[in-house]
Amino acid sequence: MDKKLKHAIKKSAKAMYKALPILLGVILLISLANTLIPKSIYSSLFSKNIFLDSIIGSALGSILAGNPITSYILGGEFLNQGISLVAVTAFIVAWVTVGIVQLPAEIMLLGKKFAITRNITAFVFSTIVAIITVVIVGLI
Amino acid sequence: MNKTEKKKQNNKNWYFLLAVIIIYVVIAFLKPDILMPSLKFFLEIIKKIILIFILIFILLVIVNRFMTPKKFIKYFGKKSGAKGWLVAIIGGTISTGPLFLWYPLLNDLKNHGVRTGLIATFLYNRAVKPALLPLMIFYFGLAYTIVLAVVMMIASLFQGLIVEKIVGVEK
Repeated sequence: MDKKLKHAIKKSAKAMYKALPILLGVILLISLANTLIPKSIYSSLFSKNIFLDSIIGSALGSILAGNPITSYILGGEFLNQGISLVAVTAFIVAWVTVGIVQLPAEIMLLGKKFAITRNITAFVFSTIVAIITVVIVGLI
Repeated sequence: MNKTEKKKQNNKNWYFLLAVIIIYVVIAFLKPDILMPSLKFFLEIIKKIILIFILIFILLVIVNRFMTPKKFIKYFGKKSGAKGWLVAIIGGTISTGPLFLWYPLLNDLKNHGVRTGLIATFLYNRAVKPALLPLMIFYFGLAYTIVLAVVMMIASLFQGLIVEKIVGVEK
């Protein structure tokens, strides 16, 4: 085997091994949160005020984590229950872009300043993206 | 980072896992009915991500084999320009799996001199998934899906620039 390839495999295996406890810890936390919080609680948090709901949507999406498909299904349910599209959009966007549960992992692997700045800006952007998207869709 | 610091960091990672296991042990005593469903969900996630984990390992090997820090700085460093941002948007969009699975690779790229703004942009675009678009269209409609995808791509650029401004460009 090529010496450089051997070195690359060894280096990559080390990097994955280093990240392994963090990844396992985060998945365990996500699993626990998913079991502890019943889905019915989510919709009762919204207030029907568009601006407040978009922030609540972002906050909820930030705390929860998982496959984007789950966020679409939950978002669809919220819409059926009369929750505004802005709030649902903020929820869907924050679900994938902000990660409170995985924040310790992000801090450990990408640095404290980067992780905190990225998550705070992603939270703010989830609200902005939601408002812009819904305004444009309304104009079409 | 010297050897002692690296070892300390490595220990911290294992302490984190230990802390989570302790939480599970406490839960097992306080709310034993929660334990099994949580562990079942954990195994389901592991089954789902194992292939992506292997894919990320292969990507890491390719990066470490063919990319030198000089090349990284040329393509994704301070002077990478529009091409760097475009690669971050496309890379973030086509990448699959949970956000946290990409941290080891991104950590490696960061150590090779990749701009922090590009990493933030990559992570933000993980919300736009071509494979999931049909499902999103089903729930929210075509116009909504297209507008959201475009707005998110533009927002990812602004977020990358803001993060880079605050955190600074890694040397």
